[in-house]
Amino acid sequence: MKMKLKLTAWAVFACSQISHASDVPTAVINGNIDQRNTIIALTHATVHLNANKTIEDATLLLQNDRIIGISQSDKTPNNAHIKDYTGMHIYPGFVHMDSSVGLPEPDKKPPFSWTKAETLNSTIPGAYNSNEAIKAAYDAAKVYTTDEKTNAKLRAAGFTSALSYRKDGIMRGTSVLTHLADWPEEKSIITAQAAQHYSFDKGSSKQDYPVSLMGAVALIRQTWLDAKWYQQQNEMIDFDLAAINKTTQLPKIITSENWQQSLLADKIGNEFDTRFVVKTNANSYQNLTAISQTKQTLIVPLTTPDAPAIHDELDDWNVDFNDLKSWEVAPFNAALLEQHDVKFALIPSSSPKGLGSFLKDLRKAHKNGLTESSALAALTTVPAAILGQTEIGSIGKGQFASFIVTDGSLLSEKTQIAETWVAGTAYTINGIPDLLPGQYELSKGEKTYQFELNYEGSKMKLSATDEADENKYKISPAGNFVNITVEHGEQKDTYFAVIKDRQLMPLDDNDWQMNKVADLSDKPNEEKKESETDEVALPTIPKPFSAYGLQNIDRNDTVMIKNATVWTNEDDGILENTDVWVQNGRIKKVGKDLSVGNNDKTIDGTGLHLTSGIIDEHAHIALLSVNDVAVNSSMVRMQDVVNPHDVNIYRNLAGGVTAAQLLHGSANPIGGQSALVKLKWGVDRPEDLLIDGADGFIKFALGENVKRSRSTQSIRYPLTRMGVEQVYRDTFTQAKAYEKAWSDYNKLSSSAKKKTTAPRKDLVMDATLEVLNQQRFVSCHSYVQSEINMLMHVAEDFNFNINTFTHILEGYKVADKMKQHGVGGSTFADWWAYKWEVNYAIPYNASLMNNAGVVTAINSDSGEMSRRLNQEAAKSIKYGGLSEQDAWKLVTLNPAKLLHLDDQMGSIKVGKDADLVLWSDNPLSIYAKAEKTMVDGVVYFDRAKQAQIESQIAEEKQRLIALSKKSGGKKAPFKSMPAKSFECESMTGYHEIDQLIFSGALQ
Amino acid sequence: MIKMITTTLMLCSLSASALTPAPNDSAPVDKVFINANIHVGNGEVLQNAQFAVADGKITRAGYYKIPYTGDEIDLKGAHIYPGFILTNTNLGLTEVDSVKATLDTAETGQINANVRSLVAYNTDSERIPTMRFNGILLAQTTPAGGLVSGNSSVVQLDAWNWEDAAVKVDDALHINWPAEWAKRFDFSTFTMQLKQDEKYAEKVDQIKALFNDAMASSGSNNLKLNAVKPVFKGEKKVYIHSNNPKSIIESINYFQSIGVKDLVLVTGQAAEKVIEFIKGSGVSVVLQSVHTLPQLSDDSVDTTYALPVKLVNAGILTAISYPGSMSSRNLAFTAGNTVSYGNTPEQALSMITLNPAKILGIDQTYGSLEPGKSATFFISEGDALDMRTNVIKSAYIDGREIELNTRQQALYQRYKEKYSQ
Repeated sequence: MKMKLKLTAWAVFACSQISHASDVPTAVINGNIDQRNTIIALTHATVHLNANKTIEDATLLLQNDRIIGISQSDKTPNNAHIKDYTGMHIYPGFVHMDSSVGLPEPDKKPPFSWTKAETLNSTIPGAYNSNEAIKAAYDAAKVYTTDEKTNAKLRAAGFTSALSYRKDGIMRGTSVLTHLADWPEEKSIITAQAAQHYSFDKGSSKQDYPVSLMGAVALIRQTWLDAKWYQQQNEMIDFDLAAINKTTQLPKIITSENWQQSLLADKIGNEFDTRFVVKTNANSYQNLTAISQTKQTLIVPLTTPDAPAIHDELDDWNVDFNDLKSWEVAPFNAALLEQHDVKFALIPSSSPKGLGSFLKDLRKAHKNGLTESSALAALTTVPAAILGQTEIGSIGKGQFASFIVTDGSLLSEKTQIAETWVAGTAYTINGIPDLLPGQYELSKGEKTYQFELNYEGSKMKLSATDEADENKYKISPAGNFVNITVEHGEQKDTYFAVIKDRQLMPLDDNDWQMNKVADLSDKPNEEKKESETDEVALPTIPKPFSAYGLQNIDRNDTVMIKNATVWTNEDDGILENTDVWVQNGRIKKVGKDLSVGNNDKTIDGTGLHLTSGIIDEHAHIALLSVNDVAVNSSMVRMQDVVNPHDVNIYRNLAGGVTAAQLLHGSANPIGGQSALVKLKWGVDRPEDLLIDGADGFIKFALGENVKRSRSTQSIRYPLTRMGVEQVYRDTFTQAKAYEKAWSDYNKLSSSAKKKTTAPRKDLVMDATLEVLNQQRFVSCHSYVQSEINMLMHVAEDFNFNINTFTHILEGYKVADKMKQHGVGGSTFADWWAYKWEVNYAIPYNASLMNNAGVVTAINSDSGEMSRRLNQEAAKSIKYGGLSEQDAWKLVTLNPAKLLHLDDQMGSIKVGKDADLVLWSDNPLSIYAKAEKTMVDGVVYFDRAKQAQIESQIAEEKQRLIALSKKSGGKKAPFKSMPAKSFECESMTGYHEIDQLIFSGALQ
Repeated sequence: MIKMITTTLMLCSLSASALTPAPNDSAPVDKVFINANIHVGNGEVLQNAQFAVADGKITRAGYYKIPYTGDEIDLKGAHIYPGFILTNTNLGLTEVDSVKATLDTAETGQINANVRSLVAYNTDSERIPTMRFNGILLAQTTPAGGLVSGNSSVVQLDAWNWEDAAVKVDDALHINWPAEWAKRFDFSTFTMQLKQDEKYAEKVDQIKALFNDAMASSGSNNLKLNAVKPVFKGEKKVYIHSNNPKSIIESINYFQSIGVKDLVLVTGQAAEKVIEFIKGSGVSVVLQSVHTLPQLSDDSVDTTYALPVKLVNAGILTAISYPGSMSSRNLAFTAGNTVSYGNTPEQALSMITLNPAKILGIDQTYGSLEPGKSATFFISEGDALDMRTNVIKSAYIDGREIELNTRQQALYQRYKEKYSQ
């Protein structure tokens, strides 16, 4: 109470307008009531009602916290307190859509440790959600306190209201919308629960799950399902689920770190029939096509990164093309979004200086092509529309009197904010200028001088209008009195005047006059006129956003390959001097001397070997994340984290790979669901890589990773292979019970259903059931024979089959049992010795399994090795004496079989997909190179064009480096990061770092 | 009875296969091979030539008019290669990567100038025989870690103990020259970031102080300084490990300025950026790996396959190595992999035979098949740089025929038989 009184007193004292909008009606007043209800008239101003409508010479009428009218200046009511705002512009106040003003700092992210004992449950006391990253019950309004210092900073940048929420957790609770007036909270808060907030970052949560992006997505899905179930159940209390239900109608705002996450937000929104507004990290320019297709509304920081610092030519060894290109394109982000018809709100950059440089950044964005109306809308009407607020965001009768007063056009470089009004209370920023800035002409007799008057802060400055003008102009005010001096060489004339109504009234006998002839903003416009009639030149954007996105891919998918040695992988074996005709992405004919259609593209295969593309059964390329940590992680989906811009797609094409299974890691007995992709370089959406109609697969894992052998402090069940079996038996038993519970419920009559609580829908159980019902197929990371045998028995007991054992380095010991079970083996050619469970691995494994009748493949588990799987396959000739044709099938037809894709790929057969590779030599030879790699008939990699694209990249990079060196201002230190390359055990995506983490050397 | 014999046999083979093969103690054999394709290692191939060894040395390699005795072995066009040489490896120092108890590669501390890998080299390591059956017969077993890792030694891969294995004891001192800008993991963003090493100058000063103090000291009780002194007498080489262009220049300049002549640079893709400098410096190069991903997303997709060729073409004496040791048996195939990027097959072979021998300073004895040199070679049915044809029939170290079958082959045979029944 004490503080509230203080705040009220402050407001009365400090503000030039006495509106008393800040009085809390229920508060005790120590003294007499002083309610005035004065009408204020701001006259002769240029009023920008909204982004598109402006009234010149208008009067704005205000009373208390509202605008009560806008009229022409001659219609000022008699009883108004009139203030002359001649020459001033009035804009609607900005709405800050991503603030945390007035809220306590969230807890810090706990330090990451891979070797510490796991935290399996929430550490938050109370009846809150069982995952502590779900903080949906957090109600920012309840902890909001007025923060005068931050308010003042926000007002100085033109903001009059702010949406504040706590930036912590995956479900972050609700935000509060406040006036940025230094009022008691009772009056500051416009809307107590304005929006729901989300992210993919678990923030301060100490609980292990989720550690991955796909885990965060899965958690959002499950929590929303739980919230739905919660409405009907009466078993438990969960404040977070209750809060989700209570605020479900609010707008949902999600924070995304990159365009991939923005697309993901759209995807989960669609699944649940809702929409997210996405607060981006300002890199949507990297995939405008996909982002604009979602029609999502974005909240975009005005980020202009510093140029990469490149001291000399050896430094550029450290600088990645992507960093340079991002730096070049980022300042155009807002303009590009506008051009792609994306609806967006703008916010200051999140850097500590972002608010201070906000107007500068806004003007820079404008210079880079963002139109004035779009910029203004992005700060006013768009935010208001996102929040469903009708009383903020524009100037109109009945609206809050929240606006900014400027001494010129908002986006002109020298314009300053004079005042920021928040709900009827005026806050002085730079103050209403005594003299208006602009171009002035001083004439005395025949002499005329032309100069500009502008302000630096509150200080007036004069400068010659014409650069060739050698006169020096000075203005020195003393209160309302000013001296103007014109210096020309030795000669110095002084003019003395007093300011009245923002005009100069000469006080000396010199018989002169000085008049404003134009606004300041006119001048740069004149200069820019030529360029402005043209479009602003936007930088080219590679697609995908990567150096190898610079080339144009010919999408033609009809082609004749003439006279090649064709490895059919069918009964025909290897056919010499054979033609393969591809039509619309499919193999149409295979034969000798086929006739070529007139318009068909022809590739001469003379001296070359043509094969079907390599299929990597076990890959982790093109993913944003690989491992989550729940013992049963079947709810996470690798499809959610596919990254079509990963350069490893291109590198793999260069090694003849055309398709891959992107697998979850091996941290858990039941891992996540796989994504089966074709390596189509240059597609926009992650979904475009997925193979249409492919069966669902899932990762299982056994052995040391699952029992957390590298973590000495691990407490997570299971810690032994004994426990691993029981995890499966328990999970499958529960899944059966779950299935029965649903089937019992579904059998109920509709009236009985209404009286019965439906079972809780559990995404873990759903996915597990798919496995039991052979609707989803298992690829199981495994090494030693005992565990392989165990899982086959468990599966048989539950009446299903394991599809593939992957890695399976001791498969050779139980190949007969594998054959009997009907499971395939996808192994490494010759890996061993990297951990204890691979001590008895032998390079003859593939041959032994293959010869025992097991469908055998060789996989990579590495984005490096996958580029040369042809060589890995050839090792089975050396180790175990496989025939060349059988060896070749290990990386083509056999993985196709294991992935249930052999009806459309894996061999050269009429009707199959034209996923083909033309090799310079026998593909199994160490001397062979992929010359051309095509997917669905489109050549995505062409070695003949490689020199050209490499020189194009080098040229573009040199241009960017030169541009970076030339650019002024602060330089950013190197930022380049090597692309992440995941393996089964990856946490970080960097093998050497993972090793340090696992060994405990890095915590 | 038959069953019992089988069981006994099985037990025998079981116990035999549980151990690494015993070294061959018998005296070197004298043999003459005819109709051999001799890949000399110096770039030459001698087709249908004669190859003879006696008393552990090569006595003939080429074309000789000597009457046949009937004891000649007709190779019918099979290939003879010098034993491959694996430089900069943790072979014998590491058994199971994930089991700390089996690791002896990196001593704690930054300056370990006196540490010697040879004494930790385990001749019974299961990894060693797996090198041999792919043609690797010599290795430089090398410590890692810290700023100064310690001393490597060159060993031959068929010995009872490290003493017998030693070919060149304490051949080189290994220095990890830091980089001012290095990739480090940032947990707040969970990404690798290039960050300035604020201690760069301090670390470089530590290395320099070691060498400058060693140069100044005239014999002392300081083991670290004593271990450095042979460097100045040309008795021990210095291997600079650096994969950063500026660090490569700084380190080479430093060591040359204090008069260290026997310098070897162990590096990766950074070499490409400073290829002219390296050439000018006269330093030879050990490339850590051919099979790595390009460092930057805009690098050529072939960059690591093509780099060895660029170094060779620049006239730099270059050897190819293979990181770690679990998969180092693929050394020959990484050399083969460079052929379609501009190497000739014989140049590629030199990069794992004569070039490393020269770099290690053992080329008087090893690295090529020339009369007078050690009879350390193997016979392959086909091209040994291609895994399709790399089928090694026999191998010899200093004239002794060595066992090529290991536990891996024994397990293969056992299960092959099991499934053929």
